[in-house]
Amino acid sequence: MQTLDLQAIGLRKLNSTLHTDNASTAYKITNPMGGHAIACGLNRAMDVTIDGHAGFYCAGMNQLANVTVQGHVGVGLAENMMSGTVRVTGNASQAAGATAHGGLVVIEGDASSRCGISMKGVDIVVGGSVGHMSGFMAQAGNLVVCGDAGEALGDSIYEANIYVKGSVESLGSDCEEKPMDAEHISALSSLLEKAQVKAEASQFKRYGSARTLYNFQPDNAGDY
Amino acid sequence: MCGIVGLYLKNTQLRPQLGALFEPMLVEMKSRGPDSAGVAIYRDPVQANQTKYSLAHDHANYDWQSLSSALASACQCQSSITQIDSHAILIADAPERNVRDWIKQNHPGVRLVGSGASLEIFKEVGLPEDVYSRFNLQNASGSHMIGHTRMATESAVTTAGSHPFATGADLCLVHNGSLSNHNRLREQLEKAGLEFQTENDTEVAAAYMTLKIREGASLRQALEQALVDLDGFYTFCVGTETGFAVLRDPIACKHAVLAETDDWVAMATEYRAIATLPGSEHANIWEPKPQTIYAWGELQ
Repeated sequence: MQTLDLQAIGLRKLNSTLHTDNASTAYKITNPMGGHAIACGLNRAMDVTIDGHAGFYCAGMNQLANVTVQGHVGVGLAENMMSGTVRVTGNASQAAGATAHGGLVVIEGDASSRCGISMKGVDIVVGGSVGHMSGFMAQAGNLVVCGDAGEALGDSIYEANIYVKGSVESLGSDCEEKPMDAEHISALSSLLEKAQVKAEASQFKRYGSARTLYNFQPDNAGDY
Repeated sequence: MCGIVGLYLKNTQLRPQLGALFEPMLVEMKSRGPDSAGVAIYRDPVQANQTKYSLAHDHANYDWQSLSSALASACQCQSSITQIDSHAILIADAPERNVRDWIKQNHPGVRLVGSGASLEIFKEVGLPEDVYSRFNLQNASGSHMIGHTRMATESAVTTAGSHPFATGADLCLVHNGSLSNHNRLREQLEKAGLEFQTENDTEVAAAYMTLKIREGASLRQALEQALVDLDGFYTFCVGTETGFAVLRDPIACKHAVLAETDDWVAMATEYRAIATLPGSEHANIWEPKPQTIYAWGELQ
């Protein structure tokens, strides 16, 4: 385990070390002090633990790496992540997992608004609740919420699955409740296990696209 | 952009360090607003028959002592004044309306930027660390402070356009965001008798709350009504006599974070402004929800 002190070496040195230093596969980042863009663009299998609270855009564009934040994170956690795992032990601010294509994001606390906005294949598991407009234009992947969801959940959603155990304040445009079949319970159980989040899959409700918006209507194909 | 910060010390033993604890919070938000900065500090409450006024003037060597002496004779009151850089803190035991009217008539270049029992407001153009030192706030003690670092969007970079803006006795407002209906609202408020020093959108929000409170609303009611009448983006932090309140618009795209320990409560645009507070690593940290009033202390 190699220790990198963010306040001592600065952000560019920190991230370039994680990008280019092949000497270790395990790093601990100390004194994050809410700094932005910590552990962004990682592209190899490695374990990175951030010892404290991180700022905006933490672990963005991640590939292959496992990043754990021991605390709170700011806006845009794991934005555009491709693969790997990002775990937060505290709460996350807005737009966690935005546009992410793959991998797993686990937020043990609450996530704020727009969690999983435009997600494109990532799995996001939130131990607590999510804020308004979560899953907005979600295209693929799974958003799992063990607590409650705020206003306009899954607005303009495409093919992603949203699972919520608690209450949903309101569904967004073209988002509807879907049947929770055996295959969904099985898939959700596996995902919860992978995320190491304890919850009973059968207690969740599933939400997805009603496919009634303009772009789902074949009759509109002639417009182009 | 813009950065806003607030700190309320629950642990009274920390209060002598208020200014020292608050400085890195404000300075950390420099990158969000380097053109002006301002703070409101709640300290040294005056006696029940007195009111404390925060005054400012563009001339650094303005004759504040003469103002105080003339006020004392004109209003037949006891009056004292302390100059702090471009500002001065006036304490007088005359009715507030009389003092305001007298200053307006006799010292039209003086801006009355705040009043109350313990509130003092200091704001200037410049980098946050420079503004902070000009007003000698590092050694200040008190119960709570709110502050603002400004990147001007809606009006000129001037001292008058800097935050905080007063909204009533011991009440003031800092704002991150931009209001879209402030011109129309300003016209309506002017018809109701409110006066404006700038073209600033936040001054309109402050005047709006001033009017609501003057009409008898509690601060909580004024904030609830603001959700209906103010259009635009905002995260507000409102300083009150006993604490502060935080309110975000329904979209809530302007950042905000709250943190609390047994010793203090803090709000900031970004967590990094809170990171230097003692015990922040173990604080309870969360993002405030939209359209929800968070308050510490009493909301009168």
